[in-house]
Amino acid sequence: MTNEALKIKLPELIPSVVFEEGGEWITAFVDASAWKTIAQQLRSNEDFQFDYLFCVTCVDWKTHLTMVYHLTSTIYRHSLVIKAKLDRNNPEIETVSDIWRTAEFHEREAYDLFGVKFLHHPDLRRLLLTDDFDGYPLRKDFEDPINMIKL
Amino acid sequence: MKNENEILNESKVSPFGEDSERASVAFPGEVHPTAGGGILLSKLDEVINWARSNSLWPLVFGTSCCAIEMMSTAAAKYDWSRFGFEVARATPRQADVIIIAGTIVNKMAPVLKRLYDQMPDPKYVIAMGACATSGGPFFYNTYSVVKGADHIIPVDVYIAGCPPRPEALLHALITLQQKIKSGATREQIRNGIGN
Repeated sequence: MTNEALKIKLPELIPSVVFEEGGEWITAFVDASAWKTIAQQLRSNEDFQFDYLFCVTCVDWKTHLTMVYHLTSTIYRHSLVIKAKLDRNNPEIETVSDIWRTAEFHEREAYDLFGVKFLHHPDLRRLLLTDDFDGYPLRKDFEDPINMIKL
Repeated sequence: MKNENEILNESKVSPFGEDSERASVAFPGEVHPTAGGGILLSKLDEVINWARSNSLWPLVFGTSCCAIEMMSTAAAKYDWSRFGFEVARATPRQADVIIIAGTIVNKMAPVLKRLYDQMPDPKYVIAMGACATSGGPFFYNTYSVVKGADHIIPVDVYIAGCPPRPEALLHALITLQQKIKSGATREQIRNGIGN
């Protein structure tokens, strides 16, 4: 499906979707609370069949955090970017590791570096940093006076 | 024990011939004039230093992008086995020099220290690239990079570059060889020999 066709079909699935312009892929903002059902629909729906989640990241805008999911379909060869805004003080979102297995490690990394809690994740613990690390380094307000030399 | 140079100057023997302009240069070794030519006997330590510097076996230690340049130096075009770095061992027990090619992060620092401790004396260290020299591009604002490998182990030669070209790494290897030939190892200093 082309980008325009996706833009028409997506609001049928998600009524409250908001599109962001620019970039080669369609970027859609969804509610973090409704993410799980939307993700299941995106995987199983005949017209979409997004079976390959190829990137899960988190972005720290200073007022809030945004989870970014990059999806593509190996059957139809179309791609989609989903963004979900999270509250900074309590960043929680449903896990999609039971829909796309690769999200297990990607969500562990997002938890490790940003502190985003993924509800019902099978094994949510630190992935890259040492287990006794204190804090979430990739947040903008992370301070480490010993290691970090400020420019 | 008299220095060899004093012996030479006393005997006024010059290997370059009496009239040559280099006749007054002190020759670093003993010269025994014989009928057919000169047999050269150097200090034993200099022979050992020559042998050590020409057969330094590096330990494979590439953590980051500098490892690609190190592999390129080891490959056919900029061959470093011309200089004696023939065998790159994976085990530190059989290696002489460790070329720190890449970034040292906080998690890797104890590993590097352990590998350095496992190497037998005399051992040398080359810090390749900006990250191993000072933290490089990760000097500011990073929580995880050690700002220079010399916080962990003592370094002999530093190479600048990000990453340094293979020619720069070869130059550093030659510099290390000169350093070994001209200086004394730790045991030699401990035994009171050497400049």
